[in-house]
Amino acid sequence: MNSASPSDIAGAETSQGRIPLLLQRLRSTSSLAARIRDYGIVVAFGLLFVGLSITSSSFLTSTNLLNILDQNAALGIIACGLTLVFIAGGFDFSVGAIFGLVGVVSAEVAIHVATFLGLLSGVLVGLTLGMVNGTLATFGRINSFIATLATSIIIGGLAVVIAQGQLITVSDPAFASLGRGSVGAVKYTTIIWFIVAVVATVMLTRSALGRYIYAVGGNAEAARLSGVRVNLIRGMTFAISGACAGVGGVLEASRVATGEADVGGVNLVLTVVAATVIGGTSILGGEGAIWRSTLGLLFLALIGNGFNLLNIDPIYQQILQGGIILLAVGIDAWARRGAP
Amino acid sequence: MNQEAARTDSDAIVELCGISKSFGGARALINVDLTVARNSIHALVGENGAGKSTLGKIIAGIHQPDRGELVVNSDRATWRSPRDALASGIAIISQEPTLVPQRSVEENVFLGVEAKRGRFLVDTVRVRDRYRELSERLGFDLPASARVGTLRLGDQQKVEIMRAVARDAKLIVMDEPTAALSKVEADRLLADVRGLRRAGMTVIYISHFLEEVLQLVDQVTVLRDGKIVRNGPASAETPSTLVSAMVGRPVSLAFPPKSYPSSDAPVILSVRGLTQPGVIEDVSFDVRRGEIVALAGLIGSGRSEVARAIFGADRLARGTITVRGRPVTIREPRDATRIGVVMVPEDRKGQGLVMGRSILENVTLPHLDRFSWAGIIDRRSERAEGAVAVKNLDVRYRQLSAPVASLSGGNQQKVLFARWLVVRPHVLLADEPTRGVDVGAKLAIYQLLCRLAQEGMGILLISSELEEVLGIGHRILVMRRGRITAEFDGQTATEGDVMRAAFGTSEDDAGDLIGEQR
Repeated sequence: MNSASPSDIAGAETSQGRIPLLLQRLRSTSSLAARIRDYGIVVAFGLLFVGLSITSSSFLTSTNLLNILDQNAALGIIACGLTLVFIAGGFDFSVGAIFGLVGVVSAEVAIHVATFLGLLSGVLVGLTLGMVNGTLATFGRINSFIATLATSIIIGGLAVVIAQGQLITVSDPAFASLGRGSVGAVKYTTIIWFIVAVVATVMLTRSALGRYIYAVGGNAEAARLSGVRVNLIRGMTFAISGACAGVGGVLEASRVATGEADVGGVNLVLTVVAATVIGGTSILGGEGAIWRSTLGLLFLALIGNGFNLLNIDPIYQQILQGGIILLAVGIDAWARRGAP
Repeated sequence: MNQEAARTDSDAIVELCGISKSFGGARALINVDLTVARNSIHALVGENGAGKSTLGKIIAGIHQPDRGELVVNSDRATWRSPRDALASGIAIISQEPTLVPQRSVEENVFLGVEAKRGRFLVDTVRVRDRYRELSERLGFDLPASARVGTLRLGDQQKVEIMRAVARDAKLIVMDEPTAALSKVEADRLLADVRGLRRAGMTVIYISHFLEEVLQLVDQVTVLRDGKIVRNGPASAETPSTLVSAMVGRPVSLAFPPKSYPSSDAPVILSVRGLTQPGVIEDVSFDVRRGEIVALAGLIGSGRSEVARAIFGADRLARGTITVRGRPVTIREPRDATRIGVVMVPEDRKGQGLVMGRSILENVTLPHLDRFSWAGIIDRRSERAEGAVAVKNLDVRYRQLSAPVASLSGGNQQKVLFARWLVVRPHVLLADEPTRGVDVGAKLAIYQLLCRLAQEGMGILLISSELEEVLGIGHRILVMRRGRITAEFDGQTATEGDVMRAAFGTSEDDAGDLIGEQR
């Protein structure tokens, strides 16, 4: 080794730097499962998209694709909110019930007060209920799955009480304009979904709140000792999730010009949870992304669409979806096995 | 003498021939040959990442070698799991406790080997008897019914040790068993390890504590970058020969020179009567500008709790805290950090870092307000300030955006320090800052603490390593059962002084009391 003065320092650096470097390589290449988890949804979605384009002539048409987006807009918005809750380490079971109640409330307000207030009140009701969930699951110290399961039952009951077991139809065409209107061929619903997804993405990746959400879900104690208000951050994810369910509920009610108490329910929750998990957001918290859940939802939508176009019995769709969820969660578990 | 008898009685219990192991592209072990003599204590030493833990895990069946042969009791062993190894009498105590936190100490110790009545029922009376027997043999006094999750790290380690012993292992691989133990508890463990040898067992002992290794073991093997670089009887080695072999160049183990604060340096942190019933009682002390106050004591004596109470991590029942002459109320950590009191917690993975996130995010997490406008982070200025903090601490990394989990233990610890040195705090509470880090990183952390003190910070250092307490503490406070029981000058204190105070050997206490009454 050359004995000029800087080379000593350089030599020391390489000999010590090697160990962390090795570890880095080790962890980035060790696990095939981790790779599949990270990019599996992209590959799966791509393959399905190409496959359907080839097998069905009516799949790759703008009408069909825009239709898929419109039909999934409400779910997609709810998935954005749920993704935040998951990343912060919580679980929100109540989005389906909020979705239903909000439709009923906005229809009632639209009929009895004013159409515009009807649409707005739906979102506010969702936000409020989300804040209740957040408070129960953080300051109330109740496990978030149980807390939101309980509130979802209460909310579902409230919706039935308010609707008195009836469909509430709004005759004012202005109420339906939000759900049915479009800019060119693109529905408002699709545009609103897009905006929500972009805002949520920016919030997660670029804002301090987003960082706190990841930190709280990744290691709550470390976040607290770093001065992060863990309960407040977790609570906010529930509030946002409630608001998203509110927006979704309003769009749906507006689209059919009707408030219906049991329109959301458990099935909606299961679909959105499935989409989020298939996309690769972990229910254990600390990791995930909006684009993942969005792609996960679209993947499920394409399966449904494909079954339709190819005339396959929809019973098989359920079986396939369950299998895909197992696969996604299994890959996540295998990926974690290789991690430290 | 019969050749076969000689083989089984005195020769090797484990032989490794040409063992190689890679993880992904990284080679953890390269063509390792090693013989471990039956009924001996054999140490594996080396820097973090040198391959010693991997070697231990291969012997215990946790990892399978890519190439090479493992021979146990003269039979070729091809284990697929630790269970196979255990069936051949080999157990491992890993670095991280692998216990069931929700269940009791006793259940954990005998998990899978419970005394039974019939096929299914656990014989609770016999289990309790065996637990008592085991506790007496090891000199541990953990309550059998305590939930493991409520125990401190040191006590959980003890449960691990009891569990291996309860499994009648003939060879125990111990991976850093004393890393979390205080000096007294560690000494007791060392005595137990010797006891295991007397009972005819073999121990493979992986440790960073070279003094400990040298007084304990028969044979020392030094690993560096996956290869054996030195192997011989412990009697022929000294700490400095081992360190030279480990890092491949001579390194001084000396502490940086102490620079005491001037006698008129103002008090920067003052606590009076801190009390948390059952945990800490009436703790009062001052830290002056530029002073390093070391808080020593046994695990469970309340040292960490003092730091956590000051930092607002735990609620205080009583007591006042004064920072830079002003009384302050600290209810949660953010109150503390706002007034310039910061803490590096004892458990790096559990309390310090968000392991899945990047180095940069871990450093800037408490300071995002500084880089944000309307809640949106200015990533360029975040990156700039984060990079400076990380560079100042000489963290060895490839990319700031790499997950912090990809760093070695020492570098992770430096990231924790970097987090708080983005701003200039007045008081630093450092809880076990060198636990589980290699020699090089230890020295770097000592130098850092001394530099920060010189620059005017007040530092409260909590450590289970006496060397460290004496080596860099300007003043040493010793805690016992939640109280500060002794104070020593860092210049004149000896290991014996501190240990006696921590352990509460009575004459000193009595003498002091009498002295005061006069």
